[in-house]
Amino acid sequence: MGARLMLDVNVGAKLDQLEICAQFTAGEGLTALFGHSGAGKTTILKMIAGLVAPVSGHIRVGGQVLFDAERKINIAPHKRRIGMVFQDARLFPHMTVARNLTYGRWAGRRSGGMAVKRMTDLLGIGALMERYPANLSGGERQRVAIGRALLCDPAMLLMDEPLASLDQERKREILPFLEEVRDRAGLPIVYVSHEVDEVARLADTLVLMSKGQVMGAGDAVAMFSRLEFGPALGRHEASSLLTGTVERRMADYGLCEIALGAGASLFIVNNLVKPGDQLRMRVKARDVALSLTRPQGVSVRNVLAANVNAIALDDSPFVELVLDVNGQKLRTRVTRHAYDELGLKQGLPVFAMIKSVAIGQRMLSGRAKGHG
Amino acid sequence: MTGNQITDVVLLSMKIAGMAMVFAIPLAFVVAWILARCEFFGKSLVQALITLPLVMPPVVTGYVLLLVFGRNGPLGQLLEGFGVTFAFQWTGAALAAGIMAFPLLVRPMRLSIEALDHGLDEAASTLGAGAVTRFATISLPLVLPGLIAGSVLGFAKALGEFGATITFVSNIPGETQTLSLAIYSLLQSPAGDRAVIVMISISAFLAIGSVLLSEWVAKRIGKWGRG
Repeated sequence: MGARLMLDVNVGAKLDQLEICAQFTAGEGLTALFGHSGAGKTTILKMIAGLVAPVSGHIRVGGQVLFDAERKINIAPHKRRIGMVFQDARLFPHMTVARNLTYGRWAGRRSGGMAVKRMTDLLGIGALMERYPANLSGGERQRVAIGRALLCDPAMLLMDEPLASLDQERKREILPFLEEVRDRAGLPIVYVSHEVDEVARLADTLVLMSKGQVMGAGDAVAMFSRLEFGPALGRHEASSLLTGTVERRMADYGLCEIALGAGASLFIVNNLVKPGDQLRMRVKARDVALSLTRPQGVSVRNVLAANVNAIALDDSPFVELVLDVNGQKLRTRVTRHAYDELGLKQGLPVFAMIKSVAIGQRMLSGRAKGHG
Repeated sequence: MTGNQITDVVLLSMKIAGMAMVFAIPLAFVVAWILARCEFFGKSLVQALITLPLVMPPVVTGYVLLLVFGRNGPLGQLLEGFGVTFAFQWTGAALAAGIMAFPLLVRPMRLSIEALDHGLDEAASTLGAGAVTRFATISLPLVLPGLIAGSVLGFAKALGEFGATITFVSNIPGETQTLSLAIYSLLQSPAGDRAVIVMISISAFLAIGSVLLSEWVAKRIGKWGRG
């Protein structure tokens, strides 16, 4: 069904000071549009929803043409079947949560899709039904907005920085719900964000944007490991994504062993995951150290045999490297001094060391089986 | 003046003010919407024209109405062909009241329309609602407090209109003699003291009552605001 609902965007427009010229496709799962504020991400989302008309190009979902400049097609937003979650929730202030949630049904004449009960259970908003939006917290509002968009039976869900207006505490409250929606609602999601954290946790596909242009697009894990996108994905936050399966829990130590495949495994501090869970772990490049020989008598729990795969060397005191660990890419940043002294070069076998404490709960994200 | 006569005067006033509002409220809402949402050439002129009855001496407004809508006025003659006459009729009093109240109707409506969050409209459209549904379910309920506040203010103003009415349609008992005009007549005669007090009380009661009503309704409707 993912292939059927492929989103195909190729748009051009000039709005205010920004020249937008973007082309990308998105399929199953969550596609993140990532870039600094003012990169044109929200505008593109609004174009997909039909709230802003591009000047040139086309937008298609599956076989349906939503916009085509040449053929003069521009389907009205209410006929597009595309749900949108706005940064500021935009709940209708004069309606209760229940009326807001079902707006797509009684006002938009949409039917089908998820049952209301299942939605309120999924988002944990069952107890809020009779309240007015003014009496909800920011996190509750955003959850209702997500539910409202999903209940109008959309073919695709757009999310415009749904966490941006929330504090850290609320973000942590909503993120699991977003993962839940991604894995269980069974529809493609386009997610706009400028937070590396969110993208690392949620994205299956990553579209990198800057100044209205697409700099690169592809599988999120692969994109994270590409050195040329280092600056765009945050210099100090530069990181890579490892995926693995929870092998066993060592309850007495509060540790978990994560199998990365073919004998390699990682130990992380966690007591929430269960054996068999699929995990994605974000490892910051600055948390990875290198050794030429297998280190003995060190406190670091994670020692992974690896090969140097790519090197980015410039005049800065740091050198960025990409390692190959059982086919997975791991980024590391070492000083140029260490780089010279160890004689690192392409293809060299090394041992990567990652402290278990560097992979905290915030760096983990679960995925339902058979996904990601 | 007998009790029955007083009742008649009050009922006539209500009829005139009511008829004035039936026509003026929808028109004022459309005008307020256009002024709030559209930019066009001559907008300031339209705005000034609407405000005019508020700042011009009512006698002048009444005289202008007489010139335009009177038996020999251009619009008066035109409308007479359709069987509508204003001069020295209660309908003329309604017209005068409606025009004098118009600026008071438009202003609060326009403010509440300008305060509408366009983002809510966008959200509703992504949820499948077409333009008419969006207006009925989002815009209208949200501007309703302003609509009601404006309407009550306009109604109270129409009820008490004096200057333009007496100039345009004169002071004819049973036809154009509204509450204000009746009070004025009674004050001219030495015997009318007691009836004047009754009328003034009724007039004040109606004015205060309508303002309280509008506050109450606005509060009922606006309870989602904060709570």
